[in-house]
Amino acid sequence: MSYRYDYDVIAQWIAPGEKVLDLGCGDGSLLRHLMQVRQVLGWGVENDPEKLLACVKNGVNALQIDLERGLAGFENGFFDHVIMSLSLQAMHNTQGILAEMLRVGREAVVSFPNFGYWRHRQSILNGRMPVSESLPHQWFDTPNVRFFTIADFEALCEMNGIEVRERLAFDQGKLILEEPNFLASVAVYRLGRR
Amino acid sequence: MIQPQSVGIVVPQRARFTDPLPLKSGERLDDYELVYETYGSLNAARDNAVLVCHALSGSHHVAGVYANDPASTGWWDNLVGPGKPLDTRKFFVIGVNNLGGCYGSSGPNAINPATGKRWGADFPFVTVEDWVNAQARLIDRLGIERLAAVIGGSLGGMQALSWTLQYPERVRHAAVIASAPKLTAQNIAFNEVARQAILSDPDFHGGHYYEHGVVPARGLKLARMVGHITYLSDDAMAEKFGRSLRHGKTLYSFDVEFEIESYLRYQGDKFAGYFDANTYLLTTKALDYYDPAFEHGGNLSAALARATAEFLVVSFTTDWRFSPARSREIVYALLHNRRPVSYAEIDCAAGHDSFLLDDPQYHAVLGAWFDRIEVRP
Repeated sequence: MSYRYDYDVIAQWIAPGEKVLDLGCGDGSLLRHLMQVRQVLGWGVENDPEKLLACVKNGVNALQIDLERGLAGFENGFFDHVIMSLSLQAMHNTQGILAEMLRVGREAVVSFPNFGYWRHRQSILNGRMPVSESLPHQWFDTPNVRFFTIADFEALCEMNGIEVRERLAFDQGKLILEEPNFLASVAVYRLGRR
Repeated sequence: MIQPQSVGIVVPQRARFTDPLPLKSGERLDDYELVYETYGSLNAARDNAVLVCHALSGSHHVAGVYANDPASTGWWDNLVGPGKPLDTRKFFVIGVNNLGGCYGSSGPNAINPATGKRWGADFPFVTVEDWVNAQARLIDRLGIERLAAVIGGSLGGMQALSWTLQYPERVRHAAVIASAPKLTAQNIAFNEVARQAILSDPDFHGGHYYEHGVVPARGLKLARMVGHITYLSDDAMAEKFGRSLRHGKTLYSFDVEFEIESYLRYQGDKFAGYFDANTYLLTTKALDYYDPAFEHGGNLSAALARATAEFLVVSFTTDWRFSPARSREIVYALLHNRRPVSYAEIDCAAGHDSFLLDDPQYHAVLGAWFDRIEVRP
């Protein structure tokens, strides 16, 4: 797995002992990390049976629930943080899930690959869909269904009354401060209700 | 990799209890027996015991075979054994026949020590909670203070859940499979049809049919047929039988024409040949009565607040009698109480009965979960 550095960023935003929900938690490695470094009380949500099994093997509590159907059943404001690490681009119901995250959580943490990254732009200019470390799939087998940039995401937050409390952007693990929409391949956000 | 194997030849054991057991109904059993089997060995630390709770028609015979009957494989043999998901090289596994059962534990077809005659309809109503209390005494008898895990499917899942509420300090892990926090009205309705089939059989004799040398076999057969329909999925039935006609054409008769009719009649007859009607009545009532949230104004989260175990909840996509939504109710209530819980929704076509089958994903999840349970040498 790549992008472990976004784990460190996320861990910085989590206080010890918090209740954390990790949406699209994969094999549970982020939650495991947060359990180790922040002693969180964590649950993952994962609909892929193989990944769910990996979570159980990893000692991570995971719930097999289809996120496209929202988070009905989870209580309002129950979690301190609801995380979606590199999965938002694979969701159909983008606005719905963002609203749900901020319903059940005090804060949301979202990371996603930035399609506005200069290498991706270059690839498109050269006539091919981008394939990179942050977008490792070919166009025909990608799980991603939404293709958006840092600028697009911030416009959506603005439109939906979501407050961006913090944003960190990276290129190959290096923090990007200038022109993130052009120079960063991945962005990590701390979001709240406005 | 070690090939999954059988626990081999097993021998049921019997424990007698003379300390009166108060029942939820207000009655009590002064003297009762439980039949049980064990597989694997209890370790020195006595911390590797797993109790397997059975469902409606189950028994203590969970795994292995009896010496005199090679076809007598236990009902969860695919799950329990060396190298299997519930690995008997690591765990000491206990199967127990519930009170009111008909496989040797005290029940309607057993002798009432007070009268020297079979209990029949005089056997008291037993509930999930009563079963758990009785099981706890068996666990005491076996010298086990705390279970590594309790596991059950369907009605067995209700017992597993109840263990975590009645004896929270005595259960480290609980697996609640294809179960529900209480039955729906529709479920109770099916149970009532099954019971009416038995109660209205002329051979029922108010539950004292033993004395008449008969059994209400027709009623029990019908009860099983109704139940059986609800344990399968429409797809599973369609795939297995479809609308296949036994004679290749319609005969315009009430004899067996469709293969599904033949199957249900066969299953019903078979069941009526070995199961006890009074046990069926009592056990379906125990299912109907189970509702831990009732005493908390219907608030399941409040009811589960006592639990301290780590949980695994499993449901099956095609199970419409104990649907995934019912399992999720348990999951959300546990979550509310900050319990460690994992939930798997297994994509299996076989309906409610899926929990008895060896779906690879289902068994992989169970195996991985049991692997996580720590036991001392």
